[in-house]
Amino acid sequence: MGDFSGIIAKRKRQDSIFNVVGIACTLVGIVTLGALLADLMWDGLARLDWEFLTSFPSRFAARAGIYSSWIGTLLIMVVTACAAVPLGVAAGVYLEEYARRNWLTSLVEINIANLAGVPSIIYGLMALGLLVYQFRLGQSILTGGLTLAFLILPIVIVATREALRTIPQGIREAALALGSTKWQVVRHHLLPYSIGGTLTGIIIALSRAIGETAPLITIGALTFIAFLPPPPVQSSPPFLSFEWLSSPFSVLPIQMFNWVSRPDPEFVVNAAGAGLILIIVTLSLNAVAIFIRYRVRKRIKW
Amino acid sequence: MTGLDKGGGGREQVADKDGTAGGARTRHARSDAPSSEVKADVQGLNFFYGKLQALKDINLSFAANRVTAIIGPSGCGKSTLLRCFNRIHDLYAETRYEGRIILQPSGVNIVAPETDPVEMRMRIGMVFQKPNAFPKSVFENVAFGLRLLGESKEAVAEKVEKALRSAALWEEVKDRLKESAYTLSGGQQQRLCIARALATDPEMLLFDEPTSALDPIATQKIEDLIFELKRQVTIIIVTHNMQQAARVSDRTAFMYLGELIETSDTKRMFENPSEKLTEEYITGHFG
Repeated sequence: MGDFSGIIAKRKRQDSIFNVVGIACTLVGIVTLGALLADLMWDGLARLDWEFLTSFPSRFAARAGIYSSWIGTLLIMVVTACAAVPLGVAAGVYLEEYARRNWLTSLVEINIANLAGVPSIIYGLMALGLLVYQFRLGQSILTGGLTLAFLILPIVIVATREALRTIPQGIREAALALGSTKWQVVRHHLLPYSIGGTLTGIIIALSRAIGETAPLITIGALTFIAFLPPPPVQSSPPFLSFEWLSSPFSVLPIQMFNWVSRPDPEFVVNAAGAGLILIIVTLSLNAVAIFIRYRVRKRIKW
Repeated sequence: MTGLDKGGGGREQVADKDGTAGGARTRHARSDAPSSEVKADVQGLNFFYGKLQALKDINLSFAANRVTAIIGPSGCGKSTLLRCFNRIHDLYAETRYEGRIILQPSGVNIVAPETDPVEMRMRIGMVFQKPNAFPKSVFENVAFGLRLLGESKEAVAEKVEKALRSAALWEEVKDRLKESAYTLSGGQQQRLCIARALATDPEMLLFDEPTSALDPIATQKIEDLIFELKRQVTIIIVTHNMQQAARVSDRTAFMYLGELIETSDTKRMFENPSEKLTEEYITGHFG
């Protein structure tokens, strides 16, 4: 037998070199994120209190808060979810379960995949032309919510389809063999069994939309707003009001952007505080998504 | 569903030594149901997957309250034939039927374009190769077909129990009806699928290699069950297991390359087939 020790040592050295390189590459991402978060906390944590959450923006940094912008973010997200979820899920179900495979559906599929990669500011321009000027919806919460809904629609469609694809074909055949119509299969089986994947996709999509700034600036979101939209629930009949939909708005990232661009360093501290809130909301949404996925995976194993 | 009560008399065990399939259990009880009545009649059936013709001019009739086995090597079209009966092919693009499958006594042609596949599937139940219980409770699995029919709550509860009893599963699951069906063993899940198909009282029951994913003990339970069930329903079973065909069926059809080669009483088929090809297949020369 020859002497292998030299060549073995060389190969093992290569192995450990890659090991170290791999760890370094992984750390770049994590450390950067950690540093960012730490920096934000260092700057912003002191600014976080009840008053910050319940104060309108102000000329004075110490008195300025994010009341109108977090309410704006919340309302925009409500509109976005209400528009994107039914549209996206229905489109996903149609494409996956109903549409016959032909060149037209292939074309639609390719386009949806491409739409997911279109820069968000393009959606802003589209919304400005279509929703603001053409349909005259104004620079409103409705316009903002619909703009972001368009933006995340492809993500919701793709997530719905992926979730449906994990359901074994045997389940569809079993339900149909009992005399279900296609809709009954979707309604009683496919939607309930795929809800985990679909919900996860929806939440991930919403957590992307919540940080979007460019398309909302394009359609004319305000950067300084010292009043709230009219409340959706009223004390006198008909109790529900949809006036808030046509109200002007600001959102957290725009508020941040506005504060960062001011010369007074006090405002930068405010921006850090708002950023911290935004990150907390996003991470919480992702945590909910992970939790749902975990629960459903435990309940349904194919 | 009549004659479900177990008091009606056990099946007879005919211990003849016919030498088929290595001394398999043979139980050709031919005495307990009206015989020559035809339940379904396949006439000149052709079936196409796109341009590929999978069934070629099949002519075959199925006797009521009998078990008919369809055997043949992989790809011979036996599952394709079975799946014509509940039009499950309709799910997939570019499938086409020619010819007729007449369901008696109504005389409806199952594969006619104007026949509603949903109605056919309500009248003809199917049990698949792999147990495919829904990820719901045991009770809800069986109740699903009944709920589609809009049965009342009481009727659903009653029929679920009856179906589970028919599928010889009631004693094992009566205390865990609310548990997920996936907590059951594979064999229990397959019997649950049988109960699910039985609950709506179908005219025919189709079995597509129902035991190929099961161990021998679970397989025997299913076979016993099939033997019991023919009193209430006409059964077609597709199987690649010749011993199984010999054990459970009254009549056997042998298919090869999309054609029906031979059909006769199971006993005669295995003892004295009239076609050379059949003999070669059942003696294990190919397939």
